[in-house]
Amino acid sequence: MSPVLRILSRRLGISVIVLIGVSMLIFAIARVIPGDPARIALGPNATDDQVAAIRAEMHLDEPIVAQYGYFVADVLRGDLGESLYTNRRVTTDIAEFLPATLELVIVAGFMMVAIGLPLGILAARHRGRWPDHVVRVLTLLTVSAPSFVWAVILMLLFSFYLPLFPVAGRLNDSYDIARTTGFLTVDTLLAGNFAAFIDALHHLILPAIALALSGIGQAARLTRANMVETYDKPYIEMAQAFGFFPSRIARRYAFKPSLIPSLTIIGLDFAAMLGNAFLVEAVFAWPGLSRYGVAVILRKDLNAIMGTVLVIALTFLVVNIIVDLLIAFLNPRIRHSTRATS
Amino acid sequence: MIRALRIISSNPLSLTGLVLVLLILAAALFAPLIAPFPTHNGSVVDFAFANRPPSTRNWMGTDLVGRDIFSRILYAYRISLGLGVVVLIIAAPVGTVVGLMAGYLGGWIEAVLMRLVDVFLSIPPLVLAIAVLGVLEPTLANAMIAVTVMWWPWYARLVYSIARSEREEGYVLAAEVIGASTAHITIREILPNCLPAIITKMTLDMGFVIIIASSLSFLGLGVQPPTPDLGSMVAEGARYLPDSWWMTVFPGLAILLAVFGFNLFGDGLREILGVDE
Repeated sequence: MSPVLRILSRRLGISVIVLIGVSMLIFAIARVIPGDPARIALGPNATDDQVAAIRAEMHLDEPIVAQYGYFVADVLRGDLGESLYTNRRVTTDIAEFLPATLELVIVAGFMMVAIGLPLGILAARHRGRWPDHVVRVLTLLTVSAPSFVWAVILMLLFSFYLPLFPVAGRLNDSYDIARTTGFLTVDTLLAGNFAAFIDALHHLILPAIALALSGIGQAARLTRANMVETYDKPYIEMAQAFGFFPSRIARRYAFKPSLIPSLTIIGLDFAAMLGNAFLVEAVFAWPGLSRYGVAVILRKDLNAIMGTVLVIALTFLVVNIIVDLLIAFLNPRIRHSTRATS
Repeated sequence: MIRALRIISSNPLSLTGLVLVLLILAAALFAPLIAPFPTHNGSVVDFAFANRPPSTRNWMGTDLVGRDIFSRILYAYRISLGLGVVVLIIAAPVGTVVGLMAGYLGGWIEAVLMRLVDVFLSIPPLVLAIAVLGVLEPTLANAMIAVTVMWWPWYARLVYSIARSEREEGYVLAAEVIGASTAHITIREILPNCLPAIITKMTLDMGFVIIIASSLSFLGLGVQPPTPDLGSMVAEGARYLPDSWWMTVFPGLAILLAVFGFNLFGDGLREILGVDE
């Protein structure tokens, strides 16, 4: 078995254990809710008979272990129950809102890597001099405010004072794009409407920056810290003695070994973004999971809450498996190893 | 202590952090004395001065019902810092105990505890807190519970990684050989080696708890009105952008300033205590 496959199978094994744990945690959270879930589902005017009927339907009178069994069985069949808020299947609701959130988070993730890593490299190359100090203050600033504050500030500056970007939404109303994937940048291209694609991208930029800012700061700080450590290694000194260009030393010898620990953290930051997307979406009226999530929480819509958290946890696990595979692929020690690695 | 002060003050950034932290602590502690309108932390209305831009009377303007934003920010700092202290005082020891046990005892205890930590870490922190608040009533106390629930695993992981490497050190072996109890070895021998990392993390985390707490109240899941909170103030004002910009910009900057201070100071502490990033 190739080493990458072996890591994939090991990661999948751990993920299954973690997912079981997550399902138990979500189930536990849903069961400590004060009050009778059946009563909450029906509202205060329901008769006792109706409540009893719903209790039987929801298996609420059976032992807690059996209830968990029913919950898992439903989830495995792809059945997350019905939302009390929208009166639709929770899976239908999530399928409608998740793509908008994912699109935002993926674009922000790319920004984090594409801006954060070069900033970190720049700071490390000039460590102890002014570019390093400037990057340090900038990155500390970006991680020092929640994404909704950045969203408000960016909106004020670049939508109102300098009207460069749209204030809210995902697409101008004048475009009518058939929904296939839910990712507007993909759907507009599938529809062959290039003007709409540009418009969708235009709507994406500001929210994505607001979401990415703290991640950019973290990625840059981490890359710098790892690279500065690498710069002390003898092989860098040798490369310098050979008279290689500093830019080449930075890219080929100092950055590469630092990339792997940085990637691990980037995976974790992606998780934070899935949560922070809630905040940015609220500011930019982005029709993603956030508005749905907050609405169902305020209405104590249990099925919808559990479904949303489960889907987000699943997304996070998938992202981390991808990051682990990427690391395995980038790390020659793993890529070329024939023995099992820990 | 004196050496620490000297190192801090030799670095202008860390010194700025220390000054910011002290200023914000003072602002929170003495809010009733400093605030120009100390009654404005509750449900007061003063429509004669509603929705005013910053002036000499109201340095940061007033909100929709005429309350002084500067005064409300000072009171909001009390809530944010208080919440941060409570959360960290519970989360750090809980996480530390879990991490020490998993790291030192090893075996099935390590496997079970660390998988449990993995479970908590595999739900985005904010989403976990939102889920906890989803089933509890959105109040300040419940917000503290929610944030604590999502916070302890990070300490468990930090302490675990240190304890695991210390387990193999000579001094631990020596303690084991002379028959020291598990409690003695973990608390008296291993814990002191984890403290610098824990203290640094707690300083940095003060800032991050403020961020998370304000995020929750921004979504309407934290402190409820009329109690002032930085997050809900931004949320309230965001509806009146761009005209009443002062309602969002000043509370937003207040968050930025506090968290920035704790970050700069924490960064300085890291250097003094020699903790790796």
